[in-house]
Amino acid sequence: MSEEQQLSFEEAMERLEAIVGRLENGDVPLETAIELFQEGMKLSQLCGSKLEQVERKIEVLIETENGFQKKPFAPSNEDRGE
Amino acid sequence: MALESRIYSIKEINRYIRMKLESDPLLGDVWLRGEISNFTHHSSGHMYFTLKDADSRLKCIMFASHNQKLPFMPKEGTKVLARGNFSVYERDGNYQFYVTQMQPDGIGSLYMAFEQLKRKLDGEGLFAEGRKRPIPRFPKAIGVITSPTGAAVRDIIITLQRRHPSVPVLLFPVLVQGKGAAPAIVKAIQIMNRMAEVDVLIVGRGGGSLEELWAFNEEAVARSIIASSIPVISAVGHETDFTIADFVSDLRAATPTAAAELAVPNIAELKSGISQLRTRLYQSLRTSAMRRKERLDRVRRSPIFMNPRKYMLQQAERLDRLKERLEQRTLRKAERSRDKLLRLQGALAGAHPGEKAAFEAKRLQAAAGRLESAMGSLMKERRMQVASTIRQLDALSPLKVMSRGYSLVYDEKENRLIKSIEDVQPGDLVKVKLADGQLDCQVWAMKGET
Repeated sequence: MSEEQQLSFEEAMERLEAIVGRLENGDVPLETAIELFQEGMKLSQLCGSKLEQVERKIEVLIETENGFQKKPFAPSNEDRGE
Repeated sequence: MALESRIYSIKEINRYIRMKLESDPLLGDVWLRGEISNFTHHSSGHMYFTLKDADSRLKCIMFASHNQKLPFMPKEGTKVLARGNFSVYERDGNYQFYVTQMQPDGIGSLYMAFEQLKRKLDGEGLFAEGRKRPIPRFPKAIGVITSPTGAAVRDIIITLQRRHPSVPVLLFPVLVQGKGAAPAIVKAIQIMNRMAEVDVLIVGRGGGSLEELWAFNEEAVARSIIASSIPVISAVGHETDFTIADFVSDLRAATPTAAAELAVPNIAELKSGISQLRTRLYQSLRTSAMRRKERLDRVRRSPIFMNPRKYMLQQAERLDRLKERLEQRTLRKAERSRDKLLRLQGALAGAHPGEKAAFEAKRLQAAAGRLESAMGSLMKERRMQVASTIRQLDALSPLKVMSRGYSLVYDEKENRLIKSIEDVQPGDLVKVKLADGQLDCQVWAMKGET
């Protein structure tokens, strides 16, 4: 499980897509199919939970005497819309 | 006072003025320089605007049929050169400039620089599709290089958040126009690459005049985009604005908003994509299990499981039949071989020299037999001939004659046969031979036959 948590979202999605592709192509031994299914379900949960991690981290780089530093950034006139 | 006094209607005088204007050789085809203001692009396609300079303004209209081929999008404040003719809009009594051709003013040299750099970089193969790196499907963080105050940064951030709120955004604020813009953008791209915290860069700004967008046509900016190891999405101005940065970037977005849309996947679509994958996962496992169950059922329904004894009997029968056939075949084959052997022996025997020798011996024997019998009959014949000859001889024998009473007279001394009276003298001694002996006699007289 800890190994899966270290997967990036992209890696997890790609693995999930590959698993679904293999299962749909058939010719997978039943035991393998069940293992793949279980792995696929875990991956789909992992991907889903990664999408739920809403950080809204928006930062701006400010040049200081000590080099560049990150500061939170809020665009002006945000409520004006487009 | 000499003038005839006539009163005209407004319509009449407006029409007269229009005729006057339209017949004027200068006003019929003229080039003007000015700056666009009050620009409206009507839904009919016609463009309405005012051309102005420091001291004066002029109402202008450019019909859709003429403005379709415009090489740029006129905007508020754009300095232009416009060609057209004057006429009067009779209803309002306004005279207007009817624009047929228009081009940005004062940028001839910029255009040339743009074209030259474009040709140069294209010649180096830097616009090639094959050079362009793919934008990651699921970027971990987005770098944005633009002005921190314009509409562009706002559009980008709002769009990024709407589509995918969990992807961090790192903004590098830069000047996007003026002298310092190009070096600032170059430095930003370099620093973003050095920090390596983001895996996509959006570089751009909102719309503006060609001069305002110029930083994105600078060779240094183009080269830094090319050198960036982070894929770059360019987002400069509007749909119609093309800059060198657009040509060398890995992906060109028509607007800053579009750039944000291209940079991150839509989280709603991702979620539905994941749930679709989950459904497919279920279905494929179920299908897989069903297929196996069907296979199992098929096997179970097969005759061997339905009636194994019958199957075994069938197989036993089949085995017997096969054995039988095997035996028959073997036997027939042995027979054929034996026949063949006999045939060959026969042929061989026919060719054997002993046989021939025996045959010749028999032939010899037969020939000998024939010779013998031929000899025998020949001998017999000869014997018979001899016998008959003997008999003939016997018949001719003097002894035989004598036995019939004849006798032979021989001279006693000379033992000569006496055949005539003259052979003897009286007194000679003679011998008379008879069949059974001899008489010693003496000649007395001779008397010849008369």
